[in-house]
Amino acid sequence: MKSILKNRLAWPVIALVALLAVNQIFRADFLSLRMQDGHLYGSLIDIMRNGAPTILIALGMTLVIASRGIDLSVGAVVAIAGAASCAYIAASPEPASPVTAAMAVLIAVVAGLVLGVWNGFLVSTIGIQPIIATLVLMTAGRGIAQLITDGQIVSVTNDSYKAIGAGYLFTLPISILITAVVFILASVLTRRTALGTLIEAVGINPVASRLAGLRARNIIWIVYIFSAFCAAIAGLMISSNVTAADANNAGLYIEMDAILAVVIGGTSLAGGRYSLVGTVVGAFIIQTLTTTVYTLGIPPEVTLVFKALVVLTVCLLQAPKARNLLRNLRPASPLRTKEKVAV
Amino acid sequence: MNELVPVVEMTDIAIGFPGVKALDDVSFRLFQGEVHALMGENGAGKSTLIKALTGVYTIDSGRITVLGQQKHFSTPAESQAAGISTVYQEVNLCTNLTVEENVMLGREPRRRGSIDWRAVRARTREVLAQLHLEHVEPGSLLSEHSIAVQQLIAIARSVEVNAKVLILDEPTSSLDADEVNQLFRVIRDLRDRGVAILFVSHFLEQVYELSDRMTVLRNGKLVGEYMTRDLSRMNLISKMIGKDLEVLEELDQASTRSQARLAATAQPFMETTGLGRKGSVSNVNLSIYPGEVVGLAGLLGAGRTETARLLFGADKADEGSLKIKGQPLKMRSPRTAIDHGIGFCSEDRKEEGLIGDLTVRDNLVLAMQATKGWARRIPRRVQDELVAEFIQALDIRPANPEALIRNLSGGNQQKVLLARWMVTSPDLLILDEPTRGIDIGAKTQIQKLVNRLASEGMSILFISSELEEVLRLSDRIAIIKDRAMVADISNDDVSVEDVLTVIAGGAQ
Repeated sequence: MKSILKNRLAWPVIALVALLAVNQIFRADFLSLRMQDGHLYGSLIDIMRNGAPTILIALGMTLVIASRGIDLSVGAVVAIAGAASCAYIAASPEPASPVTAAMAVLIAVVAGLVLGVWNGFLVSTIGIQPIIATLVLMTAGRGIAQLITDGQIVSVTNDSYKAIGAGYLFTLPISILITAVVFILASVLTRRTALGTLIEAVGINPVASRLAGLRARNIIWIVYIFSAFCAAIAGLMISSNVTAADANNAGLYIEMDAILAVVIGGTSLAGGRYSLVGTVVGAFIIQTLTTTVYTLGIPPEVTLVFKALVVLTVCLLQAPKARNLLRNLRPASPLRTKEKVAV
Repeated sequence: MNELVPVVEMTDIAIGFPGVKALDDVSFRLFQGEVHALMGENGAGKSTLIKALTGVYTIDSGRITVLGQQKHFSTPAESQAAGISTVYQEVNLCTNLTVEENVMLGREPRRRGSIDWRAVRARTREVLAQLHLEHVEPGSLLSEHSIAVQQLIAIARSVEVNAKVLILDEPTSSLDADEVNQLFRVIRDLRDRGVAILFVSHFLEQVYELSDRMTVLRNGKLVGEYMTRDLSRMNLISKMIGKDLEVLEELDQASTRSQARLAATAQPFMETTGLGRKGSVSNVNLSIYPGEVVGLAGLLGAGRTETARLLFGADKADEGSLKIKGQPLKMRSPRTAIDHGIGFCSEDRKEEGLIGDLTVRDNLVLAMQATKGWARRIPRRVQDELVAEFIQALDIRPANPEALIRNLSGGNQQKVLLARWMVTSPDLLILDEPTRGIDIGAKTQIQKLVNRLASEGMSILFISSELEEVLRLSDRIAIIKDRAMVADISNDDVSVEDVLTVIAGGAQ
């Protein structure tokens, strides 16, 4: 039991299971899945589908944070990717054809890669602190997206494009499948090559890594490019789901959810060892929380406070210091408290 | 020096940090109108003593009196109020303010509630003139001036408050010869005006040039207080490193390795000419031949580590040249060095060597993996073989490749770091204090390993504070003193005393 609790994933998983259990208690059919028109339906599927963009972005964010960085610009990249693809479809002579949709996806992904290169350039070559470097694009990015859409909400009608965020394949929502593919891609990319270890090395001790001959610059570049790539895919998903690009609101504050998912998943903001599985669990916790708020019928005005409290609890449970404090708190007698005051 | 009441008297000072006794019943006196040098190797307790006097650290026990009054300093402000001023190695002024603002900061003369800038300027000019700094415009920005002038302006600040005690912590480390002379002129002036000056420097020559009296510390303990003119350089060094000369000699076992091997190879693996870096070391002329152990000796802080960093490209040289196998090479980064067959174990294991949260396996193959790039991962099977081989060869404990390296003992961590370079089979391995802080068993193992690697044809640059160790292992010894290389001697029948003579500055 103890060794299980020591595992870094133990607390996030316990928290997720607890949240699901709470939902099941209040709504008996919560965990049930059903087939309808060849599609799988159920609250769990909803959680996964709605959480897909956050999971994607959190995957990219995990590697950035592992390298001692942070990427605040992901929300802006979401907006740009959505704006670029929708603007292309809207302006194309055949706005409904699958080829147009494919081109739009390509454009959005390339835009994401370029933005990742930009972030990586600022951090690795110019040496700007990651939080500042990505803040540049976080602010400027929404402006770029508005320029692309002329400040309008661009609506498109293209069935192929709509499938990315709202379609089904093999009974499952396509967005879930895409997220799964990216997750597998990221796992393979980092663990079948040496990339994961080298990212961790740079994140844990950059000085020692340099002296061991590591070219940190390339590594850092890769993580920012991957992060922006994930954000671009998420941007496609979000805009496809509503078949419109909203430069102002698409992916707003999604960087906060992503960072939160990474932290809940057990990756330290100080960099170093990371867990992609943990991040996925973290993102599920955040999404389940949103669902829980509806299940429990919590009034909208206290929703954010409720969310914050749950997140705080999960984070505290993970911190060894807080756990020790909790343990020491129990046997504390009034006398000891008095002594402490005297000191 | 008449026996007046000391300006500062510190009696039986003790300061401890968790696990370390930084100062152990150290006493220290400072008289009016003297320059008093505080001597000791790095870690001897010099800085701690200064910080106790300046109120940065609170003392655990002991007594500090200033001008006969007992004081309890718990903040730097209290110490300053008692008339103690400090000028640190790194100038602690605001470079974005003007000279006058820096000199008068916090003590600006006021008129009707606002700062009287005219008075500020007049007072600044007055103080600068006392320090022969008439050419410095009070209204100019501090950042416009050289480090030397900035340091003098820091001193001006202490003159302005009429400090009784001036503490100079390594003031000359980033100055050139002319600037040092200028600084010394000012220090002598102040001394003649009755200021008590505490001077800390790694430069022996400067200490002998400037100081009247010195206090020697070692490992947090007081060794003694001496008049500078009565203490020879040799005696000072033996007091600093804590060994009597006779004892040192008994331990001396000159390397038994034959010199024949050296004669066989005409071309050195690495050759440097006048290599140096401003503010670091200068004039490093070093040739390292294949299969040779070159010892790098010198006091702690003399510039040994800086030399190693230049050779490895961790710092970039800005003068002189370097050749590898006869080919000139610009050492741009550690990676350049590694690509040319050089490895480097830093003296700072924790900060510059270990990737603490990774496993023994990951740490051991890191340098090799770095040269291959991230895309070509060393296959797990190869990793397993390498790691198993080195765990056995170097007797690394626990013999568990998946243990986190930060949980290993110092000696075992060091072995993993050595193995990190051995798997890359370098031509030259630079070892900076590889045996410091590890138990005696591991130490012997590492010394044996050095011998073995050299006999297999690897060149080794061996840096250690322990002269016996250097003498026992090295074929040749290069000596660094006062941040420059001063000698390169063959270790035929060199004694510890010979090396100390060179470090002390006598003729070889």
